[in-house]
Amino acid sequence: MAILEVKDLEVFYGVIQAIKGISFEVNPGEIIALIGANGAGKTTTLQTITGLIPSKAGHIVYDGKDITKMPGHKLVSMGMAHVPEGRRVFAQLTVLQNLKLGAYTRKDKTEIEETLKVIYNRFPRLEERKNQMAGTLSGGEQQMLAMGRALMSHPKLIVMDEPSMGLSPIYVNEIFDIIQKINGDGTTVLLVEQNAKKALSIAHRAYVLETGRIVLSGDAGELMNDDSVKKAYLSE
Amino acid sequence: MSFLSYLINGISLGSIYAIIALGYTMVYGIARMLNFAHGDIIMVGGFAIFTIVSTMGLPPLLGILVAVAVCTVLGVTIERVAYRPLRGASSLAVLITAIGVSYLLQNVALLIFGSNARQFTSVVTLPNLKLADGALTISSVTIVTIVSCILIMIGLTSFINKTKMGQAMLAVSEDNGAATLMGIDVNRTIAITFAIGSALAAVAGALLCSTYPSLTPYTGSMPGIKAFVAAVFGGIGSIPGALIGGVLLGVIENLSKAYISSQLSDAIVFSVLILVLLIRPTGILGRKINEKV
Repeated sequence: MAILEVKDLEVFYGVIQAIKGISFEVNPGEIIALIGANGAGKTTTLQTITGLIPSKAGHIVYDGKDITKMPGHKLVSMGMAHVPEGRRVFAQLTVLQNLKLGAYTRKDKTEIEETLKVIYNRFPRLEERKNQMAGTLSGGEQQMLAMGRALMSHPKLIVMDEPSMGLSPIYVNEIFDIIQKINGDGTTVLLVEQNAKKALSIAHRAYVLETGRIVLSGDAGELMNDDSVKKAYLSE
Repeated sequence: MSFLSYLINGISLGSIYAIIALGYTMVYGIARMLNFAHGDIIMVGGFAIFTIVSTMGLPPLLGILVAVAVCTVLGVTIERVAYRPLRGASSLAVLITAIGVSYLLQNVALLIFGSNARQFTSVVTLPNLKLADGALTISSVTIVTIVSCILIMIGLTSFINKTKMGQAMLAVSEDNGAATLMGIDVNRTIAITFAIGSALAAVAGALLCSTYPSLTPYTGSMPGIKAFVAAVFGGIGSIPGALIGGVLLGVIENLSKAYISSQLSDAIVFSVLILVLLIRPTGILGRKINEKV
């Protein structure tokens, strides 16, 4: 059974329809990529799933429960974490404070400490800078913090919005490696990316969004060899 | 000696401003709104104590507890009924609503208690402190006020730094969308902020009316505005800023009253605010608002 199922979702900004009835599903253990150009509706889709934007029609089912109308803050304790576009770390709090806020919904103190150790292992730079203000980190480090912060909630599904945006090529490779490792540990990943090539190289399946509609979907490897995808998104 | 006495009284008055300013500054920091009804919560607290102590003849401590309870419930109710539906509305709409709530509270108090000034019995019954062979007398209210302010500052700072709810407040004040993604209930966090601010307003009401024992439906209005000035002065959104702004304002006001003119003291206070804002638009401890990329 799918861990996340989106059915005929429609989202409006005022009178403008941003999402025009899309359906897709994410199965446990998968990395799913949503790719598409600027303005295609990728971020809107993610923000609707995580409850930041209300939907007009359609359903979102997560882990067997209809979460279409659920307020965003309740999803975290159900095991869904969101790494937002632009990272949005709490710049005026320390790295450690940021990470602890990621575990806000958890009550098991000793297990939180263990998760913290796991995250420090995965992102050694976060441990080195744990008492530094998050706003003083570099872009790549902030992305790692945003991911670490999301992992602190111990999610089943992690939703990532443009994790490679604005990063230097070295960091881009590192971030995609980390996403694969997170997935290897058993966390399902829903990934939105403008860097289609990189996204398709790590994803199992992908959906291509164009002006609020899904125009193509399938196995990530096959999509990579699809002529229309190559032309539009892989700049070949 | 008289300078010292003016100074101490100024610090005491400033402590009251600081306690009120906390309510302004916390609500602004977290909900990004100016709650202009905050000053009138003080007046409600004053009347609650007056009713319990003077009308019913019960002990002052009970009066303070009842006032804290009444103001907390009132603050949360105002937030729920008047401000929450406007979340996401323009800040001007929220500001006008806040002014409306302020007039509502004043006029309801006018209906219930009338416009005559009531004699407020001080909640502090300790003897005054006489120093230097009686040359310097410090009233017990003054001491209690300053001590209360220090305790409140310590308590609030450790609440924010040590508790989960405090950290949630910091997160909401910086980015409420990102806070939601952490699983923080933003509405609840804002409601708790109003509860704390209003409870502090009740304490401020007790101290204010004990210092200046006359109570009318407009009692909270001027101290409310001055506390707002203090919050801006210190840097709105900053808790230590509220303390510094409040105390400075109280000292400037009292010293102007003593040495320049008691009629001009308010004008002087507000002139100082304008000067400070010309030099440091974010206030003394105010942070620059970071540009979102």
